[in-house]
Formats: sequence, structure tokens, C-alpha cells
Amino acid sequence: MQHERSAAMLSNTSLARRAWEIRRKAVRMGEVQGQGYVGQALGVADVLAVSYFHALNYRPADPEWEGRDRFLLSIGHYAIALYAALIEAGVLPEAELETYGADDSRLPMSGMAAYTPGMEITGGSLGQGLGIGVGMAMGLKAKGNLAFVYNLMSDGELGEGSTWEAAMAAAHHKLSNLICIVDFNDQQADGKSTETLSAEPLADKWAAFGWHVQRVDGNDIDALVAAFDAARTLQDDRPRAIVCDTVMCKGVPFLESREITHFVRVEADEWQKALTVLDETRPE
Amino acid sequence: MTIQHRYDPHRKWEPRQSGGGGGKTSAMIASLAAEGYDAVPAPFGHALVEEAKKNDRIVGLTADLAKYTDLHVFAKAFPDRFYQMGMAEQVMVSAAAGMAREGFIPFATTYAVFASRRAYDFIAMAIAEEYLPVKIVCALPGLTTGYGPSHQATEDLAIFRGLPNLTIVDPCDAIDVAEAVPAITAHPGPVYMRLLRGNVPSVIRKHCPDYRFELGKAKLLRDGTDVLIISSGFMTMRALDAAVAMEKDGTSVAVLHCPTIKPLDVQTILAEAGKSGRLVVTAENHTVVGGLGEAVASTLLTHGVTPQFRMIGLPDQFLDAGALPSLHDRYGISTEAIIRQVRGWL
Repeated sequence: MQHERSAAMLSNTSLARRAWEIRRKAVRMGEVQGQGYVGQALGVADVLAVSYFHALNYRPADPEWEGRDRFLLSIGHYAIALYAALIEAGVLPEAELETYGADDSRLPMSGMAAYTPGMEITGGSLGQGLGIGVGMAMGLKAKGNLAFVYNLMSDGELGEGSTWEAAMAAAHHKLSNLICIVDFNDQQADGKSTETLSAEPLADKWAAFGWHVQRVDGNDIDALVAAFDAARTLQDDRPRAIVCDTVMCKGVPFLESREITHFVRVEADEWQKALTVLDETRPE
Repeated sequence: MTIQHRYDPHRKWEPRQSGGGGGKTSAMIASLAAEGYDAVPAPFGHALVEEAKKNDRIVGLTADLAKYTDLHVFAKAFPDRFYQMGMAEQVMVSAAAGMAREGFIPFATTYAVFASRRAYDFIAMAIAEEYLPVKIVCALPGLTTGYGPSHQATEDLAIFRGLPNLTIVDPCDAIDVAEAVPAITAHPGPVYMRLLRGNVPSVIRKHCPDYRFELGKAKLLRDGTDVLIISSGFMTMRALDAAVAMEKDGTSVAVLHCPTIKPLDVQTILAEAGKSGRLVVTAENHTVVGGLGEAVASTLLTHGVTPQFRMIGLPDQFLDAGALPSLHDRYGISTEAIIRQVRGWL
């Protein structure tokens, strides 16, 4: 199947600017609702920018196009970040941002496939995305469809046994069309993930499960571009993992320096303050 | 706190006094039918192959139980459409969901205990909430093995009945299983089907030659004036045999077979149970908690239909290991036990 580039991907807009746009839109949604997993969104924005404006093959006006790369949001609570990326990508209209989390909105606070164009699966019950990705990757291979399946998961999900069932299945079935991105921000509900249930040595684990694995600074766009390129062009039959070490609240220093928790508390007056900080650092 | 053992763990083994019959049947796959019925080998596997010849969207997945769910018949016929997922039920049902998203109709097989207890959240969120056309087909429903609670899915219907969007089928015999395959394939949503595997008896047609399985429909297999038994699964075989036996001593028993547990055929159940003068008895291969009996009871009560009503089913306990015929008798779901209970209530 022909590899297409959306108009958004062909533009001269830098990936740094795309990531900034994703951050700003996520903070705007947080402001609308007065809450949201904005710490995760700020941290994963660079990963999403490289995904949607460098790596993924899709048609913004036709989110169910058969030739698209499938991007699965296993971490349903990161929906605020994916909505920002889908708006920036032109899949969703920007005006809809104002409805985030409201009754009857297409943008519920946890991502669900039935609600939102471009949302491939219902995440949120953590540890399910990779297994669904295994099935989609098997299905694509059975159809002769050359699209990739990307599964974005969190470090917390590494504690779920189902993640490792899926990891074994992907290697056994030689799913070279499956790319698993782990957002490693070292936070889960009860504290640092390395102190809650450590998955280290994580790269060794993926490798031992039969995966090609890379571990990169998930806030370094050049490193992410290189890692995504390597994952997509690798010429063997292993599934591919990219572990991205990210910093929660990245891009908004006064939040970054706050004692970071899974659910970052942002006071009512701080949403505007965060937008002001972002506006002062807008890349070209 | 004192832990109550079901058995004294230090008890001594003593040989049986009688020395005959009970206890010698295989604990695993015992024949369910009484004598005089024909058996059909692997009706699910062969029906799925026939359906898959016509429908190339059908794929099969199993969690290391192809041979024990009759899916090996499909695997042999369509090796490229068969996915061995290993002993990993959670990824099996998740992968089935993913394949359904890519346009396939996956049949995923394991034992009923593992689907209902171990993979439930994955069935709920990846399949049922999404209304995907995954067909979960599970052997060893209820009390169909003597291996004890690890393999006896005595509460699978109770677990799955609470799940929105899920259609639940509890077929009686080889004909029911075979005819349910095209019916659940044609259904656009997810299905949980209890499976009878191996050499499965063909029972209903012998009593009722015109019978056909229809998804969502309860069928009156025989009429009667004293008792109405509403049954599903192999308990319909038992009910038919009990009805024939009781006819000889002048008790007239009707049997309403209700192989679709959800959605329940409310209209037919109300029409039959509403006929006055009959004792209404439900009969199911499942705990009396949360299965067919309670589904029928709540249907009758909420519609103001209040016949004399009793339930036959497994007790709210973890059941013993042992040989199947003696366990069926011990827990009240053998033909003789049905007759004993119904007579006692009349």
C-alpha cells in the first residue's frame, strides 16, 4: 500500500512547533475543565508530535482510511494529549476543544473509540492496548495491509501481566508491523513507578521477550525522529519497542519544578499562567 | 478464625462398600446423554468449517485448548486462519478484539472458567463495550467435569449476564451447537457461547423433529398440563427424559427450551408461564445464583405473572471433584434428581 503524507506533514512547520501546539491545546483543555492529566500531556507532547507529523501515515479527513497507520492510546487518561494532537493534525476541529469533558462532547476525559474520530480503541483499563494491537497487527498481516500499529502505553502499564502476554504473542507471531511506545515518566498513581513496581531493566526485558528495543530521551525530538525511523525501517520480523524517558509537565517550568504526582494539581489561576509561559517560548 | 475445610484433610481413604457403578466414569469428558441417542463428533468444529467456507472473515483463536474445544477441526481445515495464542487468555481475547477491528469475525475458544474469571475485564472493555463481533466459545460449562472448582464454570452465566451488549447462548445438544454457529456468526455483536465438545449427543430432534435453533428464541419442545420446565443447555436433555419418564405415571410435563440466556425470550416465557395451573420449574447447569432461574424469576415477577415457581440448579458452593454421573446426582441435575424434586413439589 502506498505511503502517503498528509498536508500537515508536508508543511514546513517544525516538529518543535507542533509539540508546542499540542502542549498549548492540552493546557487550554485543562483550563476549560479545570482539571485533566496535563502533566502527562506536556510530557508526551514531543512523542505525539513526532508520531503525527513525522511517522504516521493518515488522512485527516478520513480517519478510518484503510491504509492508515493505527495509533492506539492504551492510556485512556492521556486523551487530553491525543485530542490536542488530533486537533493539530486536522482530524478534529479546534473549536471542539472548548467541549473537553462536557456532557455530550466527543472529547470525554478518558479516550473511547465510539466517541472520537481518530481514537482507535477504548483505553483506560490499563494493560489492554498492546494485546488489541497484537490482534490488529495480525489482522493487517492477514489482509496484506502494510500499515503499522503503534501502541502508546505508560510505564505503569508494565505492571500488568497482560502487557507481557501481549509482548510474548507479538514476538511469537512475528509482528514486525507493531511498534510499542512506552512513555516512561516514572509516575503512576501511588508514586514513582520505579518505586511502586519497578520494570527495570526495561530495555533488557523487551529484548528478552524477542523485541527490537530502543530507549531514548522522549523530549528530544531529533532522538525521537531517529528512533521512529529505525523502528519503521528495520528489516527483520521482530516487533519494535521505543522506551521514551519523558519529564512530566515538560515545557512549563513552574509545573515541572513542583512536586510531581500522577495527577498534577493546577490552581484555577495557574492555567492562564501556564499559557503565558508557553506563549513566551513559542518555537518557529 | 477457624478455616472450614470441606473435607477433613487428614481423612483416611476407605474403599466403597457397594463396589459398583459410580465413581468409575472419567472425571473429564463424560457422556452427558442417556442411552438411546446418537452422538455427533465435534459439532462445533465441523459447523465452523462449513461456515468459514462461505465467510472468509471468520478466524479462530485459542489459548492452548484447540483440541479441547473442537477448534482443531477448523485449524486443520484453515491453518492460515487459525491463531494459537498459547496459555494466555487475556491477550487471546484482546487480540480477537483487534482482529475484529480489522474486519474479521474471530471465534476465540478456551474453558468457560478462564474466559469468565480470568479474561473478564478484557471481554468487557475490549469487546463488549465496543460491540465487536467476537464469538467467545467455551468448553466445560457448569458442571461438565469432575476436576473440581478450578475447571467447573458454575457461575459463568452470572458473571456474563451483567455485561451489556453481550449475547449469551447455552445450547443443548449437537444440533443446537451446530445450528448456533451460523446464527452467532450472523449476529453483528459479541457472543458468549457455552460449548459441548467431543462426541455430543443429538437429543432434541428425537423428541421434536421440527426443532431448529433460533438466536433469541425459546422453543416449546413438548406440551404438558401439570408442569412447565424452562431449561437451557444440557438440562433440556434431562428435562425431556424426565418428562417422558413422568408421563408413564400420569404427570404431564411441558418443556420450554431457552438456549439464549441473554437477551431472554421474554414474550414466550411469559406466554407459557402465564398459562394457569402449572408448576413452573427452571432447570440449569449453573449455580442458582444469577443464571437462567433468576432471569426467569425476575421476568415473571416484574410482569405480574406469579405461578408456583421452583428452581433446579447447582447449589451456591464450590463443588466436589469426582465422577460426573454421581456429581450430577449429588447436586440435583441428573434426570432422576429432576424427577425426585418435581414430584416432591407437586
